[in-house]
Order: sequence, then structure tokens, then C-alpha cells
Amino acid sequence: MTKVTMTVNGKAVSGEVEGRTLLSSFLREGLGLTGTHVGCDTSQCGACVVHVDGKAVKSCTMFAADASGSAVRTIEGMANADGSLGTIQQAFQDHHGLQCGFCTPGMVMSAAALLAENPKPSEADVRHYLEGNICRCTGYHNIVKAVLAASGQDVSKIAAE
Amino acid sequence: MPKDHGIGASSKRREDIRFLTGKGVYTDDLNLHGQAHAVFVRSEVAHGRIVKIDTSAAAGMPGVLAVFTGEDFKDVGGNPAGWLINSRNGEPMREPKRPVLAHGKVRHVGDAYAAVVAETYAQAKDAAEQLAGDTEIEELPAIIDMGAALADASNRVHDEIPDNQCYDWGWIEDNRAAVDEAIKNAPHVTTLELVNNRLVPNAMEPRASIGEYFPGTGDYKLTTTSQNPHLTRLLVAAFVLGIPENKLTVVAPDVGGGFGSKIYHYGEEALVLAAAKKLARPVRWTAERSESFLSDAHGRDHVTKIELACEKDGTFIAFRTETMANVGAYLSNFATVTPTFLHGTLMAGPYKVPNVYVNVKTVFTNTAPVDAYRGAGRPEATFSLERVVDKMCRELGLDPFEVRRKNLLTKDMFPYTTPVGLAYDTGDYHATLDKAMQMADVAGFEARRAASAAKGKLRGMGLSTWIEACGIAPSHLVGVLGSRVGLYDAATVRVNATGNISVMTGAHSHGQGHETVFAQIVAEKLGIPESSVEIVHGDTSKIPFGMGSYGSRSLAVCGSAMNRAVDKIIAKGKKIAAHMLEAAEEDITFENGSFSVAGTDKAKTFGEIAFSAYVPHNYPLETLEPGLEETAFYDPANFTYPAGAYICEVEVDPDTGKVEVAAFHCADDFGNVMNPMIVEGQVHGGVGQGIGQALCENTSYDGNGQLLSGSYMDYAMPRADDVPFYNVDHSCQTPCTHNPLGVKGCGEAGAIGSPPAVVNAVIDALQRGGHKVDHIDMPVSPSRVWAAMQG
Repeated sequence: MTKVTMTVNGKAVSGEVEGRTLLSSFLREGLGLTGTHVGCDTSQCGACVVHVDGKAVKSCTMFAADASGSAVRTIEGMANADGSLGTIQQAFQDHHGLQCGFCTPGMVMSAAALLAENPKPSEADVRHYLEGNICRCTGYHNIVKAVLAASGQDVSKIAAE
Repeated sequence: MPKDHGIGASSKRREDIRFLTGKGVYTDDLNLHGQAHAVFVRSEVAHGRIVKIDTSAAAGMPGVLAVFTGEDFKDVGGNPAGWLINSRNGEPMREPKRPVLAHGKVRHVGDAYAAVVAETYAQAKDAAEQLAGDTEIEELPAIIDMGAALADASNRVHDEIPDNQCYDWGWIEDNRAAVDEAIKNAPHVTTLELVNNRLVPNAMEPRASIGEYFPGTGDYKLTTTSQNPHLTRLLVAAFVLGIPENKLTVVAPDVGGGFGSKIYHYGEEALVLAAAKKLARPVRWTAERSESFLSDAHGRDHVTKIELACEKDGTFIAFRTETMANVGAYLSNFATVTPTFLHGTLMAGPYKVPNVYVNVKTVFTNTAPVDAYRGAGRPEATFSLERVVDKMCRELGLDPFEVRRKNLLTKDMFPYTTPVGLAYDTGDYHATLDKAMQMADVAGFEARRAASAAKGKLRGMGLSTWIEACGIAPSHLVGVLGSRVGLYDAATVRVNATGNISVMTGAHSHGQGHETVFAQIVAEKLGIPESSVEIVHGDTSKIPFGMGSYGSRSLAVCGSAMNRAVDKIIAKGKKIAAHMLEAAEEDITFENGSFSVAGTDKAKTFGEIAFSAYVPHNYPLETLEPGLEETAFYDPANFTYPAGAYICEVEVDPDTGKVEVAAFHCADDFGNVMNPMIVEGQVHGGVGQGIGQALCENTSYDGNGQLLSGSYMDYAMPRADDVPFYNVDHSCQTPCTHNPLGVKGCGEAGAIGSPPAVVNAVIDALQRGGHKVDHIDMPVSPSRVWAAMQG
């Protein structure tokens, strides 16, 4: 067993983990942060995306031990300080960018990473960036729209809501 | 101005708040005191005889609490098929037992024959690996191809079923001779052989189940990823484990998508309950994605020959189809109805075709079970029809828009009974066709084609005019057709003493937004804020009964039950108001949340009436029970019939064969629309899945029955850059005539109407580019397109 320490959503945490413990397992089972979802085990679906030191990472493919000493941010850390939805979260609700909600945490985390890199992405930029996040419900229409809206761009002209 | 609340408003979804903040509670998110972990041992061969399973080493491994094999469940019941279908000769279908764990034989890769329960997941996984190594399975030749399965009686998926056939179904058998005659004598017959490709549903949340047993009371609880917890309770209790139904609670908490795959009861659910009882501890299991690929019920998988007989001007005379439908290794719960009554009955489409005959042979193979997947039978019917119509237009040099226009039923023809037995209540198919053509700017196509050509791309346009039947019903009819359950639904509306409301509904929401939409309806009817209404779903201990959510039935059937319960609340409220206001009951009117005496200013608010019902100090106790809670069951008089027209434009890269969807236009008639935002989202999702079927997704078994496309690295799920923005419209509305909300259902439409529109567009692009290609099977992948272009 290895001791890991890290900050998660601004809070210092630590725990004993096996070498094989994945960051996703540590977050979900060790810390009870079940907003990070595991949808595929092969780093394809993106439901488990979190930020590690500001970079979007598929937490099912990173060992918890490798994240020791890092600053991790999960979907639970995306709301505003007063508990209201953050800009991206609010755009997802406003534009119906989620249905079953399972891929949503990863989508929001990927979108946040995109907008940090590229504050005014084009539609093509958004679609390309979200290639690593699979959604089965929305056909992506309202997800792409929500991300464009979250970047402050006018989405009212996009083909019917 | 669009409404901002109530029926017809695009109310934002209340459930989004928990999903967007990581506070949803899906089955795998639960963490129960004392929980143990189950891991299943699954067959690595498609077909084999179990010679020996030596559990001793696995049972002795660290942390292992119990090992189960098929032997432990050989005396309990099987997981039954929900419909009994008869063959053309009157014989009942062949229905092999589907055990909790495979016993005697394994019948597909992924067929679970044992399970290990241990203190930790890792320990269970290690012991399962040991057990797999200690198991001897004599491999038998795999039966994969449907034609070969029917032809070779010596090799059998189920030893007791000689020709691997479940049934040979004709619909309608009395039409057969006339259709044969019509086709023989027709001026033109177009024939098309096609494959409706097998799909893996791939809800993003893998299946998961937690069993609990409470020794003090003998009660069981199953928390599971289900679209219909009451049906699961019925199957587990009455058919499989023999638990009294009143000792089993089934809870489906937040569920991450279903698309059909979570309708059914699976053996893993029974196993975790049996293990929980044996160990007196909670036992949990969550599928890995590879298990989902191998063991979730797949969809589609039809091989069809369709013939269209017509006049030289394109006027339809008859359709005839012969289909082989794969049911896989076992009959999943809806496997027998999907290729029959959800497929053959739709084979007249939205058309005035004089006669139709459908033949479906359903075949067992050594592959995962196949069952209803978004659309369920109706996409298969629509694809066959819309593809053959398109081919006929090409053969006769006719305009596909005009041929549809000529053959579509006209709005003055309703109600209309088709040659395959459905009674369409209402519709206006020309309105949706006109709307779609306007949205797509059909007249401007040539300019867009020229622009694509200037970039070196081939552009094509494809049309599909589709219809479906939703909210399968009524119970007395489905009973005659072979259903083993009723297809009504139920709701309880509980008005609390303080005037807020809990609605317990038999529908289950796993992405559809019921918590928002159902509340909009109740709020509108009672004249109270939406925030005063709470929708409770997914828990058999709280909800009177329900058949769950599938087949676009939630609003049309469950919503109608809820609507009826609300009407009962209003009726009782009027009685209470009459007493309080000292007026005759028939003089009481209810509007905007207020009960008043007609023609006076005497009134009581809804809240005052609710309070009086629970604090009945001034109340007609001699004639009326206190309390304000009503339950209603609703059994629809008919299916509902949404319909529409979809137009797709594609660009094909002639160098690579890659198809890009350039535009997708949907004009749908869903009847009345309760929340436009949610309806549009349902269409987007359905079209996304349809484009996935048409262009990307392929479930590939090799000749040995190994699933070659068993992960997201091999199975091409549509991703954000595979699809465009969709242009959707639902302004053409012919409300359903037989349910109180006038709604038709919208959940499956996109997946039904879109695949033929995409493929028709690809063929159009190739033809316009001078390639004499008249069909490509889905998925229309770059390699298939490129190969077709080479001739």
C-alpha cells in the first residue's frame, strides 16, 4: 500500500492505496466523489475526465499514486462558491446539453479544459475536442451548442433548438 | 410568446442540477455497509459443453465468500420471453429455458456460467480468473450465420430445437396468396436484399445490480439499472427465484441511459439476490464495458428481401418481405415481439398500399441475445420500405418526393386500417413532407451539389417518410397476439396536507426528463407552480404499479394515467369545495388553482381544499373519505402513430469513400408537445443514433463467434465530429385522438426515420457522380463506399 496525498477541489486529502488503484477508483471509492463516472475501462468514453494540475485527464487511466502531490478538480468542484451552477454547467442546463447525465461530468470537465485553452472555439474546434467524450443520448447537438454558449458566443442562429 | 411554464413550455430540467454537480445517484455510486463484490465467469467460446467446473481452488482464495455455478440454479425458473408467437402453421414458438447461469452448455461468448463473490472486487476478479482456468469446456462448432443455422439441423444452439428456428411467422397469412398474385402480375417489381446491421445499445452507464436480503423480515431489495423496475420484480419474483412479490423491492435509481437494453431482466440480477440471501450481506456487481458488449441485449440484426410491386408511375400495389431475424443464443424478454408485432405491422408504412405480406423466421445463433433497441422493429421496417422505394424510383426514373406524395395516405383517410392490421387514428403525412422539403430547401440542392463538386465532393440528398406505432396497447389486443403481460400503466397523485404534490409514476426516467415534464402537466392542470410537484419513479415500494419506459410510451400511457389521477383529484376537490362553500357540487368550477361557485365570488384555493382534506373539521365525513390521494390505471385504446419526413444531405469523398452528413432535416408530427426543448433533444439523440447505425456502428462476430467489435476501440460509436447540427421541427401536429393529452411519443422517431435517409443520400451522391451503385449495407463505411465505387 502506498500513501497518496493531493488536493481535490481545493481540499487536502490523503489515503492508502494499492499500486494498481486508479485515480477514478480513489476518487469514487476512497473519497466518495461519485460524480466522476466510469463508462468503459479503455480510456475511450471520457465519463471519467477530471483535471490534474489543470489538464484534462481520463482518471480511469491514471494511477492514484501518480496523482499524488497534484491538484485535482472534479465535477463536484465546478459549481460557484455559493453553490450555484458555474458558467459551463449553467450553459448545459440552459441548452439541454444532457439527458441521462452519465457522460455529463466528463463532458463538463472536457469543455472546461477546452475553454481554458481556447476561449472562443469554433463549432469544429468543439466537436474535435470532444472526440474523446462519448454521449449516447443527445446526438451532441445541444452539448456543442452549450459549449459555444458557455464561451460567450451567440448560438441563437444554430439550426432549431 | 412561448409559454414559460406548464404544458408546452420549454421548462429547464430540474434533474440537471444533480447531474451537473456530480450529485446524481446511479447504482454503482451506492456504497453499502458490509457489501461484497460479485464477478462473473463468462464463456470464452461461442458454443461448448461444460465438462467440469472445479470450484475448490477459487473457493479457497483470499476473501472469497461464495462461488456459484449453473448447478446452483438448475432447479429455479428460467427468464421467460414476454410474448408467445405462433408459427404460420399454428405451432407455438420454441422457447428454451434461459437460466440464471449457463448449465450444461455455454451458448455465446460472454455467457456467464459461474460467479464468484468476495470481500473486494479485486479478490473476486482474481478468483474468477482461477475458476476460468479450472473449467473444462468442450468447444462445439459455432452457429453464427442465420442461413447456415436454419439449413444445418445437425448443429444446434439448443439441443431440443432441431432447426435452430424459434418460429416462422406470417403476417397477415390471409394476405399471402393475394400478395403473391399481385406481385406476379404487377407492371413493375423492385427487389432489394439488405441487412439491418446488429447494434450494441451502449447506454453510457454499464449495467449494475446490488442485491440485499434482510434476514429479520425475509425481505429482498434489488437496486438495478432498469427501465422498468416493476417488470423486473415480476420476472425475478414470479418466474425465476420464486420470491413472493411482496417480499421483493426493486429500485432503479438514476439510470444512465437505456435505449431498450435495460428493459430486460438479466441473470446477474437474480444472482446478486441469491448471493445476498446466502451471505446475508449486500452483494454488488457492475459490468465492465467489455461485459456490456458481450452480454447486454443487442439490437436489429435482420437479413431481409423486400419486393415492391407498383405501376409504371410509381403507384404502389403490394409489398412482400422475407426476413431472417437473429435472436441470439437465448430469448430475451421482448425478443419475440420485436421482429413480429413491432416490425411486420409497420410494413405498410405511411402509405396507401393495397396489400402487404410479411414473413419472419427467427433464428437462434451462438451470439448475444438480440432484443428491442431504440425503435425496436420499426427502424427495420422503415429501412426496408424506404430503401426499396428509393430503388424503385431510380429504376423507373421517378422523383422520390413525388412518389412519396402520390402514395402517402391523405389526411381525409383517417382513421385508416392498414393491410397489416394497424388502425392509424390520425395524421397528415403530406404536411410533414412539405415542411421537410421547405426546411431542406430542396430547390436549392443543385447549387449546393455544384459547390460540393467544386471541392471534389459528391453530394446527394436522401428522403425518408416514416411512421411508427408507440405506446403498445391495448391489453386485450396484445393478449390475443401473444403478450404475457398487460400494457397499461398507473400513477398515484398524492396531495399533501400543505398542498404540495407527490406523483408516483410507473414510467421510469433515464434521460427523458420526466421529473420536469410530468410536473409541468400536473402543475398546469392544478394551477399550481411546477416547483410544488415532485415526480417519484423507479421504486416498486413507492409506486402502485407500472410497466416502465420503452416504446415511446411514457407520456402517452403513463402520462395518461397520471392525467386521469389528477382528474380524480379535481373531482374530489369539487366535492370538498361544495361542502365548504355550501353549494351544489355541479355548481363548482375549477380553474387556475381555485374552486369557485359559478357566478359568484365564493372560492377556495387548491391549498385550502387540500388542508381541509387532511384536517377535516369542516368536511362531509358522512359521504366522503378524508385525504386527497388518487390512483389511476390507464389502458390505451390503441397505439399512437407519430410520423414524419426526414431529409439528409451528404458529401462523399470519392478518394476515400468517407461520408460526411452535411445537413439533416426532421419534420415530425408528435401530436401535442408538452416540452419542446425536451422533444427536440429526443429527436437529436435518435438521429445521432441513426447516423451511427448508418455510417459507423457494426457488431462483428467472426465465424467462431468471437465478438471482434467488443470495445470502443473496435465498435465505432458516433462522436461529436461525426454528426452535424440537426434541423428539427414539430410544428405539424395532429393530436392523438384517444389519449387525454393528445400526445404520440417522440423517443424513438429519430432512430427510426434517419438510417434510410442517410443511405438514400449516399446512393444519390454516388449515382449523381456516375457510379451505378444501387445499395450498400450499413454501416456505410468508407471502405464499403470506396469498394462499391470501384464496381
